[in-house]
Amino acid sequence: MTEGTPRKTSLYDRHIAAKARMVPFAGWEMPIQYTGIVEEHQAVRTAAGLFDVSHMGELEMKGEQAGAVVDYLVTNDTSKLVDGQAMYTACCNERGTILDDLIVYRAASDRWLIVCNASNHGKIAAHFEKSAQGRCEFADRSDETALVALQGPKAFDILDKAGSDASKLRELKSFHFRDAIIGNVRCTAARTGYTGEDGVEIFLPWHEAPRLWDLLMELGAPLGLKPAGLGARDTLRLEARLSLYGNEIDETTHPLEAGLGWVVKLDKGTFVGKKALAAIKANPLPRKLVGFEVTGRGIARHGYPLRDLDGKEVGICTSGSPGPTVGKNIGLGYLPTVMSEVGTKFLVDCRGKNVEAVVVKTPFYKRG
Amino acid sequence: MEFPSELKYTKDHEWAKVDGNRVTVGITAFAVEQLGDITLVNLDVKVGDQLAAGKAFGTIESVKTLSDLYAPIDGKVVELNKALDGSPELVNEDPYGKAWMVVIEATDAGGFDKLLDQKSYADHVKASAH
Repeated sequence: MTEGTPRKTSLYDRHIAAKARMVPFAGWEMPIQYTGIVEEHQAVRTAAGLFDVSHMGELEMKGEQAGAVVDYLVTNDTSKLVDGQAMYTACCNERGTILDDLIVYRAASDRWLIVCNASNHGKIAAHFEKSAQGRCEFADRSDETALVALQGPKAFDILDKAGSDASKLRELKSFHFRDAIIGNVRCTAARTGYTGEDGVEIFLPWHEAPRLWDLLMELGAPLGLKPAGLGARDTLRLEARLSLYGNEIDETTHPLEAGLGWVVKLDKGTFVGKKALAAIKANPLPRKLVGFEVTGRGIARHGYPLRDLDGKEVGICTSGSPGPTVGKNIGLGYLPTVMSEVGTKFLVDCRGKNVEAVVVKTPFYKRG
Repeated sequence: MEFPSELKYTKDHEWAKVDGNRVTVGITAFAVEQLGDITLVNLDVKVGDQLAAGKAFGTIESVKTLSDLYAPIDGKVVELNKALDGSPELVNEDPYGKAWMVVIEATDAGGFDKLLDQKSYADHVKASAH
């Protein structure tokens, strides 16, 4: 946990002006909501939302060996990336459990950017810095880098209004990025996100973020753009079944049971955690992360026990909330593999009250 | 934010409308604003149940969080608002009206003295909103 006064992003004044409710989050004072989580959630699904995610960490690795060092630290195969391409990955320890989930960006063969969670920033920065020693240059760019996410079906219509270069961002392929000019703000735009919607995440100098924010809000408001807080970000990512560090994944879980086997490439060269993950993979998984729907009257929450129909505790809920778009109370949690089949009924212990739930197919929401 | 002057309040942000020994209970506009979009109201009592002041009679859940509902006074549950089962959004729309939660028949009128009046409650809200 981070001690002391929470830090403010360069968009703090914008959040206050928009009447956001600010909450401490991973050492930062961040907007949890502006007008309401459901309204912001729906704006992102039907029009667009603008998120300040400047609290996230941005690390840079430079030098001829930077790519090899990065690849050694993560589970996915970053050697497959070309310049201007990014990749989601886990970053594990020697036990194969998860230190963080990251997006790795290859700017050039000798320049890589790593985006980590704010809650893991110190740990991951130290891990990468140590591994870089004597092999490549490490720089923590977090203090000078703001990050703004523009997400939703109208995201590119909004960018169309922001100049000729911005209007071409719709040609950017998924998980690709490039330098861009939005309005007259120089930035780097990546076609990535954490909402289940199309859109971009925009990196830019710390003090330029308010200018970009104002511009996008002005151009976007007529199209339904709304500022969206961490609350909506959480319900959006849950419907899209995207893991949240500290909930679905942490240092007690490994990528294989978390449904992240697709980012573990045991056929690539050596990497931290490879041996442990290969051993885990050689045996049947005792438990798996599943998506579920609460069919009884209740809302599952992080940390609630999951029980079989006899009432025996068999698992744990990692995330849960009403899904504003799917219109159901949904959740993610770990269940024994034998209970992980779609259609399996079980109980969520909602503070002493056992409420019926059923394993369902995920994602809960997939954009059309 | 509105705190009607004819109501009494608790520090836990319930309101109480006292009518003889019948006390109607709900949650305040401040509580509603803190919770956000209300998605579930669970009244875990039935008509006839005895309640003690400060004891939970149910829970209210928003998208983000869950909060207990506390009885403002000692007494017996005489009515429950069943409309909240299917329409929890009433709490956002009309916290002092359609979103009443329970009616309690007070057993000890002395308990009313412990409730806050509008001004004390408004001060309490100001203090808790730092």
